[in-house]
Amino acid sequence: MDGRHIQTVDGNTVLNVARQNRIYIPTLCYHPKTRQAGKCRMCVVEVERMPGLQTACSLAAREGMVIHTSTQRVVETRKMIVELLLANGKHNCIACEANGACELQEVAYRLGIEKPSFPIAERDMPVDTSCPMIIRDMNKCIHCYRCVNGCNNIVVNEVLEMGYRGSRMTVVCDTDKPMGESSCVVCGECVQLCPTGALVEKKAMGKGREWDTNQTRTTCPYCGVGCQIRLHVRDNEIIKVTGEENVEPNFGTLCVKGRFGYDFVHSPHRLRKPLLRKNGRLEEVSWDAALDFTAEKLLEIKKTSGPGSIVGIGCARSTNESNYVMMKFMRAVVGTNNVDHCART
Amino acid sequence: MNEILLRNRGTANLHTISVYREQGGYRALEKALSLQPDDVISIVQESGLRGRGGAGFPAGAKWRLLTRYRVKTVYLICNADEGEPGTFKDRYIMEFDPHCLIEGMTIAAYATGAHHGFIYIRGEYDWIERVLELALAEARTEGMLGHSIMGSGFSFYIDIYRGAGSYVCGEETALIESLEGKAGRPRLKPPFPAASGLYGEPTVIHNVTTLSFIPFIIINGPDAFKGIGKNRKEGTKLFGISGHVNRPGLYEYPMGTALRELIYEAAGGVRDGKGLKAVIPGGLSAPLLRADEIDVEMDFPSLNAAGTMLGSGGIIVLDEDTSIPRMAQKAAAFYAHESCGQCTPCREGTHMIKFLIDRINEGQGTGTDLEHILKLCRYIRGSTICAFGIAATMPIAAMIVKFRSEFEALLRS
Repeated sequence: MDGRHIQTVDGNTVLNVARQNRIYIPTLCYHPKTRQAGKCRMCVVEVERMPGLQTACSLAAREGMVIHTSTQRVVETRKMIVELLLANGKHNCIACEANGACELQEVAYRLGIEKPSFPIAERDMPVDTSCPMIIRDMNKCIHCYRCVNGCNNIVVNEVLEMGYRGSRMTVVCDTDKPMGESSCVVCGECVQLCPTGALVEKKAMGKGREWDTNQTRTTCPYCGVGCQIRLHVRDNEIIKVTGEENVEPNFGTLCVKGRFGYDFVHSPHRLRKPLLRKNGRLEEVSWDAALDFTAEKLLEIKKTSGPGSIVGIGCARSTNESNYVMMKFMRAVVGTNNVDHCART
Repeated sequence: MNEILLRNRGTANLHTISVYREQGGYRALEKALSLQPDDVISIVQESGLRGRGGAGFPAGAKWRLLTRYRVKTVYLICNADEGEPGTFKDRYIMEFDPHCLIEGMTIAAYATGAHHGFIYIRGEYDWIERVLELALAEARTEGMLGHSIMGSGFSFYIDIYRGAGSYVCGEETALIESLEGKAGRPRLKPPFPAASGLYGEPTVIHNVTTLSFIPFIIINGPDAFKGIGKNRKEGTKLFGISGHVNRPGLYEYPMGTALRELIYEAAGGVRDGKGLKAVIPGGLSAPLLRADEIDVEMDFPSLNAAGTMLGSGGIIVLDEDTSIPRMAQKAAAFYAHESCGQCTPCREGTHMIKFLIDRINEGQGTGTDLEHILKLCRYIRGSTICAFGIAATMPIAAMIVKFRSEFEALLRS
């Protein structure tokens, strides 16, 4: 490749070989999770004794292959693709949520394209804001198929599909319904896979872009699966949650609660201190007072009615460790097997 | 004898099995069934028959690829999605000589080990579909199709599937997707249909015309077919001549016949005594030839050498009054409309070419527009998923290169 002798394993794609050897091949439709698509044609390379250009993402490396990744024809083809996308779409980085995290912007930068040499054919499709959590702006769509592949092959919700053809081709929900009226369950996989600003989180609009945020990896608090999430935080406020790619157990995929249900963190209605009902009214008390009261009542019930009259319900949102301690507490301290879990009741 | 497919033209009720058999029909099938499948392949291979859909792939070699899959299910598809503008050869065969196609398909199925065949017919050919359905029913009744054909133990079934009006479904993998009930968008290749086609099984796909040559080749032998073409070019070719000629129509001539002969002898020359400006030799996607280039011989290598292609054999004749920029505008609109939209260069590129050519025709073109179109044509070619990208750009580039002054005259001064 490019004059270098490279050894690799049988069946590895040319794109992988290039990346493993730090040879830059730009991609738009390729994503490690949705893998080869062969749609954007950005990753084209010239291979000796093969006609036309070949897509590195779909081409299996073979012994003796001679590959050129940056001939004039290859570079001009890539530039043409980016310029066409820029000319035929509505790409204004200044106001775009994806600015700084946009793969189209990145390839344009790497190829040194400031503005397309072709005339700009203004596209003006209505923006779909019908979904409570996701904004779909098809003017920024580059038809990479990642969202379609993610929806159909990763989360298997089978909502998104490419509809129509030619320059009218667009991503449709079900039978071309607004997203909010479709069978979409708002898992947000498509948003996470989108390389541009065509699919963005509605709640994060205007709250900060890639470089504005501190990002922290943590575990989703909602259930025992333990999905790995990334909090995007600006000024001590969570503005967005994304799934952490490439790690177990979820490999970037999240459910609607894990991805979009983070408002509770900053809710003014959230309980911050224990409350104890005194004379029919809830009053703030210290943790010590609350725990003492609870222990006293549990002991009293155990003494008068026996441990079998006490039941413990663990919480699905707790970690395995917390639930283990809950079980231990009920059996060893209270002395009952009446312990269960909210997700079973 | 110079005609193979049109030799029975004019015979009343040729579409019925009784008349077809009176003309010697289904004897080739009987002969083929008495041979080993490999021998049938050898005969076709020796005849040099090349695909008549446009790409010109050797038919026998295609069948030979399939033989390694004999243990698997093999499908045979007849590509009857005749969509190339200027082309009207398949419809003639299917409408007037359907049993020739059915016989050819059955022989091809026997040779390749297929037991199920499909005719994927252009959606607009609804009345032809009915002709075919009747012919299939007749063939089944007479034991020429279905279970144990002619008592040979070989079974073959044919179903017809009507397309929904997409040009790109003539591309074999888009056709397969469409046949599977999906949107007609070409697949990434490899794998090619011979390895993984319909429902992931080995599949052989041929154009109607290619399959219809098979009975003749089996009966008369490979040399009879080879002997017809001029200068050892194989067989005949159906030419659909349209445009500004005195006698537009479908003609069958030996491979290698000069384009001039076809225009001036077969089609009676340019109509209204006008001069010739240009000719599209093989369907809209074939780059056009100027009037001084029509001595070219009509066969695969000669036309390739002339920078164009034999394609589907749809010859479109343009007289001296034709505006090439208008012609380019029509072509660009067609390709932009028919692009499946799957890959970027084709989807965005055909759209941009249309935008620029429209602008030029409206007198709003700027000095760099022609260069932009040529650049697009140069780099779309070879970078797309399927051959549509080539088909959409070659003719437009040729129109600009060969008739540049006409385009320049329209540019905004």
